[in-house]
Amino acid sequence: MNLDSFLLMRHEMVLTIITLMVLIADLSFNEEKKIKVIWLATALFAINTIIGFLPNISGNLFGNMYKNTDLQWTMKNILNLGVLVVLLQSVEWLKSADNKYKISEFYLLVFSTLIGMQFMISSGSFLMLYLGLELATIPMAALAAYDRYRHHSAEAGIKLILSAAMSSAVLLLGITLIYGTTGSTYFDVVALKYANIPLQTLAFIFFFSGMAFKISLVPFHLWTADVYEGAPVNVTSYLSVISKGASAFILIIVLFTVFNSISMIWKPLLYIISVLTMTIGNLFAIRQQNMKRFLAFSSIAQAGFILLGIIGASSIGMTSVVYFVFVYIFSNLGAFGVVSVIYYKTQKENMDDYNGLYHTNPKLSLIMMLALFSLAGIPPVAGYFGKFFLFTAAASSGYYWLVFIAVLNATISLYYYLLVVKAMFINKSETPIAYFKTDVPAKIALSICVLGIFFIGFFSIIYQYLESISFGI
Amino acid sequence: MNTGIPIEYFLVTATLMFFAGVYGFVTRKNLITMLMSVELMLNAVNINFLVFNRYLFPGQLEGHFFSLFVIAVAAAEAAVAIALIINIYRNFQSIDVEKTDEMKF
Repeated sequence: MNLDSFLLMRHEMVLTIITLMVLIADLSFNEEKKIKVIWLATALFAINTIIGFLPNISGNLFGNMYKNTDLQWTMKNILNLGVLVVLLQSVEWLKSADNKYKISEFYLLVFSTLIGMQFMISSGSFLMLYLGLELATIPMAALAAYDRYRHHSAEAGIKLILSAAMSSAVLLLGITLIYGTTGSTYFDVVALKYANIPLQTLAFIFFFSGMAFKISLVPFHLWTADVYEGAPVNVTSYLSVISKGASAFILIIVLFTVFNSISMIWKPLLYIISVLTMTIGNLFAIRQQNMKRFLAFSSIAQAGFILLGIIGASSIGMTSVVYFVFVYIFSNLGAFGVVSVIYYKTQKENMDDYNGLYHTNPKLSLIMMLALFSLAGIPPVAGYFGKFFLFTAAASSGYYWLVFIAVLNATISLYYYLLVVKAMFINKSETPIAYFKTDVPAKIALSICVLGIFFIGFFSIIYQYLESISFGI
Repeated sequence: MNTGIPIEYFLVTATLMFFAGVYGFVTRKNLITMLMSVELMLNAVNINFLVFNRYLFPGQLEGHFFSLFVIAVAAAEAAVAIALIINIYRNFQSIDVEKTDEMKF
């Protein structure tokens, strides 16, 4: 190993340097200048995103503990793009008087969780996976409790850290049993020795439960709604999109590379969990009035759709999952962007408050409508293609009933997404949210989302590229 | 390599510890006790790692390394969790989980 091979970890290295730079800047700026950290961090992160797109090198580091191929590289770039949008959306929020003294904390915590996710995606052994997962989770709890004098936020933080600690203990029990039965924690060695024997099946189930907590699949989803509602809006959007996307990525990689020899065990498991996740997520979403809680349940349902792509265990499945997450990042961030802009201007986040929004703020309502259409999967926008490919992947492996249930669920989800659209465009209100000007960074973020929602679906080159780097079992 | 105590003794102890932790986590109402239960679970996992390494794969060190990392991460986790519990105490004047129920279905 020479110094050049560290370039393999370019994403993580650059991000670490940026984190340190933000820390030093925070220490050296005096009180009045603290606000400049916002611009520094956002600009540095934009540079990092661009650096990520430079041509990559594939290879292994640290004796196969760290792996980098085109697939991992692309996943990290997708996450970087999403985080850039989140950072742009949170500029106005961070400028408010309450947050003045803790601006840089936000960036430090976000960057460290992102480093954790990137190590997790690149992991080649369970040790790296565990460390990445914890690095992505522990600062996240601090982020959720960012508005620490608000009761809801404090509550969200403690709920997140305790359930995450519990779930990672279960995950670790799975890893110990995997280690005990195979004698290694490296993915490639474990994959060779994995077979359908009871103890290894048990180990897999423990491991899967731990991962399912992170993606909030149904029997393990109870923390999601509370944490999403309590955390500040921008943190919620980060949690629901980036964190969930990263966990979905690593889950599909691990299932396809390590546990491929017991696919006959995890396929029925995923089948049941997928049906439960879609259905329960949708049914609970219908009765929500708070927009953040509503989007939380809708994101649980979307996780159920992601499983549809995994269950096929084909390279089409992996392509469709990565593609779906890519589209989902833009659609969900579009919706959360509008919610956050409205919340920080007016402190309103209930669905009733959105009545008559179209007459006062037509552009915001249109963006919200597009984002919700994309989440629901209505044809012209990219979300349709995302869902379509997921369904194709499941159907091409013969899961027709599952696709049928998923289509039914997509119809149910259309109902509650349209409730919001109806509130904005049709419902009358005595006191609609007054007209206001959206600030520039949020405008840029929303424009990126709209561009993503429209154009990802039409550029087939993106899908073809993802297909060329994906693999099946 | 045989030290006299059969491996089953350790594994049974670890399993008991783990599920005692699960039981404590589910039934206790005090946030600090819940955190202690999680630590108990993590320690049980550590015993598992060490025992598997010592008895089944004595030639290598992966299990030992893993348990070292688990200890370090558990410390970080406890630090953040206790900070958040103090924050809960300042907001609610209590660290009873029943009090932190402002958000429900």
